[in-house]
Amino acid sequence: MKLTGTAKKFSPRMLVIFLGALVSVLMMSTFATPPAHADEVGTDQYDFVFAGNVQFNGKPLEGVLITVTGGGIEQEVKTGADGKWRAGVPDKSEYTITLDEETLPKGVVVAKGGSVLKAEFGLTSVKSVNFFLGEGTRTTVSFVDQFINRFFNGLNFGLLLALAAIGLSLIFGTTGLSNFAHAEMITFGALMTLAFSTNVGLPVWLAMIVAIALSAGLGWGLDAAIWKPLRRRGVGLIQLMIVSIGLSLALRYVFQYFAGGDTYQLPGAGLADLRFGPILLSPIDMVSMGISVVVLLAVAYFLLRTRIGKATRAVSDNPSLASASGIDVDRVIRIVWVLGAALAGLSGILWAYFRPGVSWSMGFQMLLLVFAAVTLGGLGTAFGALVGSIIVGLFVELSTLWLPSDMKYVGALVVLILVLLLRPQGILGRKERIG
Amino acid sequence: MIDWGAIFSNAAVELISPTTAAYALAALGLAVHFGYTGLLNFGQAGFMAIGAYGYAISTLTFGFPVWAAVLMGIGASVVFALILGVPTLRLRADYLAIVTIAAAEIVRLLFTTNTFEPVTGSANGLSGYKGGFAALNPIPEGTYGFGPFENNAYDWWIRIVAWVLVILFSLFTWQIMRSPWGRVIKGIREDEDAVRALGKNVYSYKMQSLILGGVFGTIAGMIFILPRAVVPSNYQTSLTFFIYAILLLGGAATILGPIIGSMIFWVLLSFFSGFIARAVEAGWLPFMTSIQAGQLRFILVGVAIMLIVVFRPQGIFGNKKELSFVK
Repeated sequence: MKLTGTAKKFSPRMLVIFLGALVSVLMMSTFATPPAHADEVGTDQYDFVFAGNVQFNGKPLEGVLITVTGGGIEQEVKTGADGKWRAGVPDKSEYTITLDEETLPKGVVVAKGGSVLKAEFGLTSVKSVNFFLGEGTRTTVSFVDQFINRFFNGLNFGLLLALAAIGLSLIFGTTGLSNFAHAEMITFGALMTLAFSTNVGLPVWLAMIVAIALSAGLGWGLDAAIWKPLRRRGVGLIQLMIVSIGLSLALRYVFQYFAGGDTYQLPGAGLADLRFGPILLSPIDMVSMGISVVVLLAVAYFLLRTRIGKATRAVSDNPSLASASGIDVDRVIRIVWVLGAALAGLSGILWAYFRPGVSWSMGFQMLLLVFAAVTLGGLGTAFGALVGSIIVGLFVELSTLWLPSDMKYVGALVVLILVLLLRPQGILGRKERIG
Repeated sequence: MIDWGAIFSNAAVELISPTTAAYALAALGLAVHFGYTGLLNFGQAGFMAIGAYGYAISTLTFGFPVWAAVLMGIGASVVFALILGVPTLRLRADYLAIVTIAAAEIVRLLFTTNTFEPVTGSANGLSGYKGGFAALNPIPEGTYGFGPFENNAYDWWIRIVAWVLVILFSLFTWQIMRSPWGRVIKGIREDEDAVRALGKNVYSYKMQSLILGGVFGTIAGMIFILPRAVVPSNYQTSLTFFIYAILLLGGAATILGPIIGSMIFWVLLSFFSGFIARAVEAGWLPFMTSIQAGQLRFILVGVAIMLIVVFRPQGIFGNKKELSFVK
């Protein structure tokens, strides 16, 4: 459908680009002198190479201007007929890679992640950088429309944040542990989805179910192998927290060990946005919000209506009293770990679509926002975590209306500090909890 | 086969390298916070970043001499400590942990953003601030030392300044922890309410400790950038975790712990990564690529943190009685 759309809108400008490209290809083949913008710049001069492939709906786009800046140099490169480009850079520092949207064909824009990307080399000397193109028009949008659009993006982000935050909050409530390894439970879900969809070849929905089941298994395994024995030993809370930091570090590099330093895409990521009035949402965003809402409602039902859910809240409130009333505290904690890990895994999958991309450190990038959400809502309160997450999600997205987008997480973290100053127990927390 | 000489000599270089000194001093700051006062500061990377950028920006943007640039960095870190301490020092320990880790990330993101690129150099960072420090070097040009400890005049100058600072601050910390001030600080770690009952202003003492340890971190940040450039991605949260690993290894409430911990950490890390890299090259570990070999050491650091804190929380030099965080 979209292919025919672009074909129909074959504009004179496209033709010019096409002809220009044709001429440059001819020139290259006949004179063998590189034109001002080759599709490879500085690749034989420098050791480190950024490479990319600019495509829209599977069709390569030619003549798109890519600028790589950083390390004191600026490289300009235009994509070749196959849509590919390569730019060499002298060292391994972080670079800013800009796609000039003006050079894209009409009706094609950078759909997600923005036209300016930051990229850094992992341990390899070639780093692929990809932009997500989608159908759309570059028009200046009124402030109200931008606000509404950002609001829905923020809601989407807040909901997926809430999935992770509720798990973290339940674990904190029942065991007192601030679990830094939650970040790796988030990454695990996304990585497993990637492994089972792209590498094993399962359909993506099945891969997600497998990944969530494996995440739940990870939660079970971590509690069985590490946390339960440590509880038995009577290890202090701060020690447990440091253990979780060590675990987080170890797991993160285990992920990098197996997955490498690159960012991968899950199948279907980067689908074009659909327009609903001022709101731009991709089908994936909508499905993601739907899944989040349904799962959050299910968790609420579990906590409020089921026996085990009530037992969980009882343990959260007072473990000794709960134990004295005949609740099997260890069993409740085990269930909380399994539930928390499964929710974190799901959150990781949705986060992989939202960012977009799967990478070994993705969970850690989100962890502080999860902590901010949990603290905002009130440590240890499940519904506080939900409220806090939505506030953080909205804040992160709405702040981009005023702040540059590379500072959007700063706003959320500043709010965290301000809330602690004014209302330390959090929005839904009780005062006695702050000790 | 494997060049053991090169592995050992590369590992020995780390023994007195300025990086080891910087980590030792940063860990000493954490010892003041965490070991002696019981404050869970997870933002030591932020203090180091403020030291590094405070020094570099003062030199490059304002053209300050070395002493003024150092004072600027220290001043900035005192302000940072006040901002962190005011909302959190009255709250439970884990709130300080979350706020400090968040604040350190805010600092890093502010230094990374393109918005302040002319001053901070954004993601590329800053360089070219070493002239003033190098001009103070009294050592004549040339190469000195032997074997793995052979360096040029500038490198020796960095090492001497770095380790003299580490020793001075260690002696200072040792003295104040034996003083009445130190006893109050340790009292706060053991039982805050008891100290409060004696009429001490616990909040103020905690704040002083936060500032003192933060200043150590800031100066460590300045030492850290003397042999390299200032790059914002160096100040990620994992930097703080590595410093915690060093502190826990040496012993949280000790003076020698951070120094020896840092030496052991860096020598072992260098030895291990050198050995694994060469073992991979030699084909001893056919299932591993050289990239994967580089990541193995971080996995090891993580596992080491877990094992130390569970099985020997007092570290190498510590006394278990001095650990309030172990129940």
